[in-house]
Amino acid sequence: MIDASGAGASLTSASAIVDAVAAGVQSPGRAIEQSFARARQVRAGADGLNAILWSDESAALHEAATVEERGAGQRAGGLAGVPVVIKDNIATLDTPTTCGSHILEHYRSPFEATVVRRLRDAGAVVVAKTNLDEFAMGSSTEYSAFGRTKHPLDPALVPGGSSGGSAAAVAAGIAPIGLGSETGGSVRQPAAFCGVVGVKPTYGRVSRFGLVAFASSLDQVGVFGATVDDAALALQTIAGRDTLDATTIDHAVGDYRKPVSSLRGLVIGRPREYFPEQLDPQIAEHCDRVLEHCRSLGATVKDVSLPNTNLAIPVYYIVAPAEASSNLARFDGVRYGLRLTGDGLRGMYEATRSSGFGPEVTRRILLGTYVLSAGYYDAYYAKAMQVRSLIARDFAAVFGSGVDVLFTPTTPTPAFPAGSKSDPYEMYLSDIFTVTANLAGIPAMSLPIGRVGGLPVGGQLLAPHFAEGTMFRVAQALERALGGDAHR
Amino acid sequence: MSISLEEVRHVATLARLGISDERARMAAQELSSILEHMEVLSRVDTSDAGDGGIAQAGMILRPDVGPPITLVRPPADFAPMARDGFFLVPRLATHEDAEPAP
Repeated sequence: MIDASGAGASLTSASAIVDAVAAGVQSPGRAIEQSFARARQVRAGADGLNAILWSDESAALHEAATVEERGAGQRAGGLAGVPVVIKDNIATLDTPTTCGSHILEHYRSPFEATVVRRLRDAGAVVVAKTNLDEFAMGSSTEYSAFGRTKHPLDPALVPGGSSGGSAAAVAAGIAPIGLGSETGGSVRQPAAFCGVVGVKPTYGRVSRFGLVAFASSLDQVGVFGATVDDAALALQTIAGRDTLDATTIDHAVGDYRKPVSSLRGLVIGRPREYFPEQLDPQIAEHCDRVLEHCRSLGATVKDVSLPNTNLAIPVYYIVAPAEASSNLARFDGVRYGLRLTGDGLRGMYEATRSSGFGPEVTRRILLGTYVLSAGYYDAYYAKAMQVRSLIARDFAAVFGSGVDVLFTPTTPTPAFPAGSKSDPYEMYLSDIFTVTANLAGIPAMSLPIGRVGGLPVGGQLLAPHFAEGTMFRVAQALERALGGDAHR
Repeated sequence: MSISLEEVRHVATLARLGISDERARMAAQELSSILEHMEVLSRVDTSDAGDGGIAQAGMILRPDVGPPITLVRPPADFAPMARDGFFLVPRLATHEDAEPAP
């Protein structure tokens, strides 16, 4: 809903915009104007939050006018007039897709990602490309070549990452829907830090055509929503088989927006490994309150175990860099992007890549190349893939025992100060509760469940493959039960 | 696990990354430190874990079908250097004595 009519008002719900456009009381361009006014008010660009890397107001208003020309109702689309922000590693036609990297700084995509096309076909209007850790490698959006994104509530803090720009933009009320990408928690972790909803779908649920590849066995496009309903609306718009992405699965997309009043009959699992003794006691308290709501709503809460959880970070930081080292070989100065001259062809490769990639990307390429190299492949990569299958088995066993959905904290702490994690492995531990879903390929989401020290805290739901519908059902019921407590 | 400077240089060559001596020394420390945390995996019993899906009997193939990917501009338009439908690159060291291209 638009909570005030003046310039700079926060946009807080996609469904309210859709309803207003469908009823003819608001033109599709109205929310787009509001979005740009809000972005100016919160200084979303490089001189402020630095959440937005690119935007074009006149192009967005022109796009809104074409939505209006389609007419009202179904013809206008299920997201008619809704402003959306897109992480800048997702291709948008003839506009920048930088991946937060100097190596793609001047690249203009000659094609569009399927997820962006589906949003536009539904009447949504892209208002901004958003900042990210370079090539989505990071947990704080500090590793962008174009400067760090600041937390909307406190500029000294990080918004999380790697999709920190989209999370901050949705939290700041610039758009009620955003796209991000998930390899190890890059939507859920910033969603938790910024106090919005973030969803990682099942592997194969959403097309990756046009998503710049990082780690192909893990990557998925994810969605941010100002509310659970907005996230559901966004996901069911982009989900489903795509002939341009062979990894998408032809599995029916359900209605993720069914209203629910009860969780009767559902079993919610509480995995003990996600509630370690050193967990912030206030985060633990918020989680206990959520589980109490689950019981009040009729669900059964059951303690369960996922015994290989502590191995997830070592596995992830072998598998993801290994795949990244292969995927990022394509940035060599030959076909697109930056080219620097060096001594012959090899010198060109080395000069281009060394200058174009930042320190974290370089670190991961080196790490990934090392674990795939002769003599180390079996000890690191092959072993990590075996342990990965044990982690996936843990989830299969718990879900096979009758548990419908798991509930955990999304992160071990709220947002942390910028520059506070100089040790790379310490930064990697930010993802400790989120990487498991990527390794197992299951859907997961984060929703706001309260605040600690004034900062948002997220609760995470994890579900079996393609059980997004059940996951959203629980999320909607919890969002309603928590009410204002989710944001205080 | 400790990675030597020579190993970092070798890996950088494999990855086609030119890195300075100072950066290589830093990378040796960083990678050694990160890989220490990975050592825990060597102690995990994976005897019944299978191969993690990395050594299946042959590649899984699908029909090579689907709509063409439509580009609004040809590759030559966004390549750093292109001519006659080909990407131009610096001369290979093994061909330095060859006649220059017309």
